[in-house]
Amino acid sequence: MQKDSSRQEGLSRKWEDIRRSWYKFSRNPLSIMGLVVICIIMFLAIFAPFVSPYPESASKFINFYEASQPPSSTYLCGTDVFGRDILTRIFFGCRFSLMMGATVLALIVPVGVALGLIAGYYRGSWLDTVIMRITDIFIALPPLILALAVCSVLTPGIFHAMLAISVAWWPWYTRMVYGIASSLKGEFFVQAAEVTGASRTHILFREILSNCVAPIFTKMSLDMGWVILIGASLSFVGLGAQPPTADLGSMVADGSKYLPDQWWISVFPAFAIMLIVLGFNLLGDGVRDALGAERG
Amino acid sequence: MNFMPNPLLEIKDLHVWFKVFEGILKVLDGVNFTVQPGEKVGLVGEMGCGKTTTMKAIMRLLPMPPAIIPKGEILFKGKDILKMGQVKLRQIRKKEISMIFQDPTAALNPVFTVGTQLQDAVRFAEKSGKNTEKEDIRTRAIQVLKEVSLPDPERVLQNYPIQLSGGMRQRVCISMALVSTNELLIADEPGTSLDVTIKDQILRLLKELGEKRDTSIILISHALGAVRGMTDRLYVMYAGSMVEVAKTKDLFAHPLHPYSQGLLAATPRLTGGGIGEGIDGRIPEYINPPKGCRFHPRCKDAMPVCKDKKPPFFKVDENHEVACFLFQNCR
Repeated sequence: MQKDSSRQEGLSRKWEDIRRSWYKFSRNPLSIMGLVVICIIMFLAIFAPFVSPYPESASKFINFYEASQPPSSTYLCGTDVFGRDILTRIFFGCRFSLMMGATVLALIVPVGVALGLIAGYYRGSWLDTVIMRITDIFIALPPLILALAVCSVLTPGIFHAMLAISVAWWPWYTRMVYGIASSLKGEFFVQAAEVTGASRTHILFREILSNCVAPIFTKMSLDMGWVILIGASLSFVGLGAQPPTADLGSMVADGSKYLPDQWWISVFPAFAIMLIVLGFNLLGDGVRDALGAERG
Repeated sequence: MNFMPNPLLEIKDLHVWFKVFEGILKVLDGVNFTVQPGEKVGLVGEMGCGKTTTMKAIMRLLPMPPAIIPKGEILFKGKDILKMGQVKLRQIRKKEISMIFQDPTAALNPVFTVGTQLQDAVRFAEKSGKNTEKEDIRTRAIQVLKEVSLPDPERVLQNYPIQLSGGMRQRVCISMALVSTNELLIADEPGTSLDVTIKDQILRLLKELGEKRDTSIILISHALGAVRGMTDRLYVMYAGSMVEVAKTKDLFAHPLHPYSQGLLAATPRLTGGGIGEGIDGRIPEYINPPKGCRFHPRCKDAMPVCKDKKPPFFKVDENHEVACFLFQNCR
C-alpha cells in the first residue's frame, strides 16, 4: 500500500519536473519557434515517401520533358536538370541530414563524455595527460579540414562522411566535460560520496555526470546543426552522399553550375539547410534555459 | 602518548606538504593524535592551522598531486590507512569511518533527491550490496532520518537539497554519515555555516548519537565553547602540530601552553568582562615556517631554546601533555 503511494508520488514528481522544464523552455518564443521548425522538418523527413509530391524523384529518375522548370504550382520549388522535383528531394535530403546528425552524435557523445569524465576526475595524473593531449591535437585541427582529410582517405559515401565528422567532433565533448568534471571533483558532495565508500564508477557516472547533463544536452542540440552543416559541406565538395541520393549539400553543389539563371536548383536546398541549422540553434538555446540547474 | 594499549586511531608523526609554485608548503609538521574506542575527542586551533588537512589525510581525501606525505603513519585499528589499497580503503569508508563537512549545502549533490543519495549511501554500507531489498533500503533510510530527529522523513526523502533548510541539510548529512559509521565519526566544524541555535541543536544531536551508539567522535572546531560540553579529551593544534593535549576539563581549568592560554583568553565569557586580549600576530607562512617551535615569534614566554629546537611532548601529569620547553622539567 505504502509502496504504491510512494511510487505514485515519485511519478507525479517526475511529471512536475518535466512541466517545470517545459515552462522555462516555453518562456522564450524563439525556442518554441525552433522546436516547431524542427518538429515540422522531422515530420516531413520521416514521412518523406508519403508527404512528398513526387516520391520517385528521390532517386534515379529522369524526365527531360520537365527538366529545369522554375517554381510553379505543379513544382513548388521547381525541378532540376534531370526533371526531378526539388521539393521532394529536399524532404529526402532532410532525412539524410537528420540521420547523419543523430548518428554522429550517438557515436561521439558517449565516447567524448566518458573520456572527459575520466580525464577530469584523474586530473593531474598520467591518464589526464594522455587523454587531454590527444584531445588537444584533434582540437588544433579545424573540424572541417580534418573531416575532409579523413573523408578523402576513405571512399566517399555517407557512412564514411559520418565517421569523418565523428573523428573531428568528439574532442569538443571531452574538453567541455573535462572542465566541468575537474571542477566538480573538488566539490564537497563528491568528497562526501567518497567518504560513504562510493565506487569510482558511481562517482564518475552518477555524482559527476548528473551535473554535466544540462551542458551536454545543450551542446548536443546546438551541435546537431553544426554536424548537419559539416555533412552538407562534405557533400558539397563531393565527399559525402553520392548521386543519385538526395542530399542537401550535393543538391546545392549540383545547382551551383546553373546559377544564377536556374537559381531554384541550389537556393531551395540551401534554404532548407539554413532552416534546419537555425531551428536546432534556437532549440538549443531553449534547452539550455529549460535545463538550467537550480542550486541552493 | 599511549594511554591505552589499543587505540582506535593513531596518527604518528604525520607530515603533509603541498607542492606549489612558491615552493613547498610544510603544513603538517609531525602531528601525533590518538583516539580511543568510544572516545569523544576535540581538536581546536585557529583557522589555517591544519585541522581539516589532518582529517582529510585520515579519509585520504587530500588531492595527491599538490599534497605529499613525506613521513608519518595513520593507523586505524593497527593498519596504516596511507598504505591501504583502494578496496580496503573503500571498505573502511563504507563501514567504519565517516565525515561530516562544514557546509551541508555543498555536501549534497544538487541534482538528486535526498532519498536517492541517502539510499545510495545505505546500499554502499550494506554488505550484501545489490541483494538488499529496495524496500529495506528505504526503511533504513527513513529510520536514520528519524534518528537525527527530522520530522516527516518520508517527505524529506522526496525533496531536493535546495528545498531543505540549512539545519535540515546538516541533519541529512549526519544521517548519511551515520549510515556508514560504526567506529569513528569526524565532524569538521559541523555547525559553522549554520546559525547559533541550529548549531547548538546539531551539536547536541551529535553528542546524543555518539553516546547512544558508542561511536568515537572527532569534533573539530575553532569555538571552544562547543567543544567543552561535548568532548572527553581535547587537542590544541597550532601551525601543523599538536601543542597540548589533556582531559577537556583540565585543559579548560589549567591551560599550560602559552598558545592554549591565549586561545582561552580570547573567548568571550557569559560572566562579562568583554572579549579577552587574544594573541598578537598570525599563523606563520608555511613556505618558510619559523625554526624550532613554530609558535615562538608570537610567544610572550619565548626562550632562546625555542628558536632552535622543536619541543617534544612533556608529560605534566597522567593525562596532560604539552609541547613547550617551559615544562621540560616536568618529565
